Amino acid sequence: GPEFHNLQELRQSASLANKVFIQRDYSEGTVCKFHTKLPSELDSRIEKTLFEDTVKTLNNYYAEAEKIGGHAYLEGCLACITAYLIFLCMETRYEKVLKKISRYIQEQNEKIYAPRGLLITDPIERGMRVIEISIYEDRSSSGSSTSSSTTSSSGR
Amino acid sequence: CWLMVVRKWEVFPGRNRFYCDGRIIVARQCGVLPLTLGLIVVTSVLFFIFDCPFLVTHLTICIPVVAGVLFLFVVITLLQTSFTDPGILPRALPEEVTNTERQIDNSGSVTYRPPPRTKEIIINGEVVKLKYCFTCKMFRPPRTSHCSLCDNCVERFDHHCPWVGNCVGKRNYRFFYTFIVSLSFLTSFILGCVITHLTLRSQGDKGFLQALQESPLVVCFFSIWSTLGLSGFHTYLVASNLTTNEDIKGSWSTKRGEESGNPYSYNGIFRNCCAVLCGPMPPSLIDRRGFLPPDVIPRTVASGSELHPFMAKNDTNMVRVFASAPSFLHPRYPKINI
Repeated sequence: GPEFHNLQELRQSASLANKVFIQRDYSEGTVCKFHTKLPSELDSRIEKTLFEDTVKTLNNYYAEAEKIGGHAYLEGCLACITAYLIFLCMETRYEKVLKKISRYIQEQNEKIYAPRGLLITDPIERGMRVIEISIYEDRSSSGSSTSSSTTSSSGR
Repeated sequence: CWLMVVRKWEVFPGRNRFYCDGRIIVARQCGVLPLTLGLIVVTSVLFFIFDCPFLVTHLTICIPVVAGVLFLFVVITLLQTSFTDPGILPRALPEEVTNTERQIDNSGSVTYRPPPRTKEIIINGEVVKLKYCFTCKMFRPPRTSHCSLCDNCVERFDHHCPWVGNCVGKRNYRFFYTFIVSLSFLTSFILGCVITHLTLRSQGDKGFLQALQESPLVVCFFSIWSTLGLSGFHTYLVASNLTTNEDIKGSWSTKRGEESGNPYSYNGIFRNCCAVLCGPMPPSLIDRRGFLPPDVIPRTVASGSELHPFMAKNDTNMVRVFASAPSFLHPRYPKINI
């Protein structure tokens, strides 16, 4: 497949070819979890283990966000006593984990997916329903464009 | 930089209304909410004016204090139930829809048509049918239902409450539960105090009828049955990790001798209560105040919405230029430079 050196180059020289959607895995209930099976369209683009690792890490993050236990119970009681007004002032644990996830996805895109002509969309942008992976093809018909090999800053 | 500033709530497809630039969301018909609020406020105010002075002098100052705290609790949780996004699921984007509709038949040719109505999956050993929502164009996650009044799919849909003027779902169920429980306490407390007031006062010089006229007894007497009943019912639902919707439909009933249990239950009253009421607060998925990526701004909105001070008037060429750029950006969290 086409090779891109960074995200900037991907944006400049590639065009969107296709999108793949990784669906939710509901086998354990309504907890947020995605299927880890590599879709056939990505077979030639990325190694199975890399892909599985990404999805498994994401699943672990979501499990961390949705964990119920002693700490969550305490938080819940405290919130109830204040008539849940603390939700207006405080950042919830879920929101903190979502920020971590956003950083992780950006990092994965920079390091692993963009060089392979792929881009992961944060599931929160799709209602936590799917992991959307965009597949890019090189715009020029013959091979990859190595002319603009700028060591640019990371994506805005 | 020619940038059109359109927030996502301005193009929201469901039947909701937004205030404070998208911070507050209500169902389109919130008609009875003012009545609910009015009843609670008027009854409580009458109680404070007519009953409290007497009870403070004859009994204790604690009475208006307790009533005051309960009243605040009731009003705050009511407003939170009404103004919080209940767990609305955003509709599927066109590419996702195409992906769902794509069917590849035996000869390898691709056709696009709506998928089958239901899809079966297994959750914790139970067979669950996921329905396809033709409005939102997606297979509904488990426990999600489409509210016809709000025209939205809502996660862990309980019911649409006209008193509160909103759906009750995953994100605002705990507010709703606290509201009805504290309302039960408030009405019982007011009822008790008023009866005490009447009994004490009828021993004095004024007649019973006179005292009755001055008291909000009637409202509390009639509402107490419904509030207590509703609180009791929802306590049962919380303890068994069920929604009103599932209970009414009998989704997991064990009639006919079939072993069809609730796959979402943690099989323990305490654990269920913990999960439903003290669970994590999930984020709103509709991102009301987020900005639309420039390439998806519809013309009709673009011409009518507020312009950012730096912007010039909408220009068709400008919209076309942005339409060619890939829409990577406008994430909800600021990107960190690695």
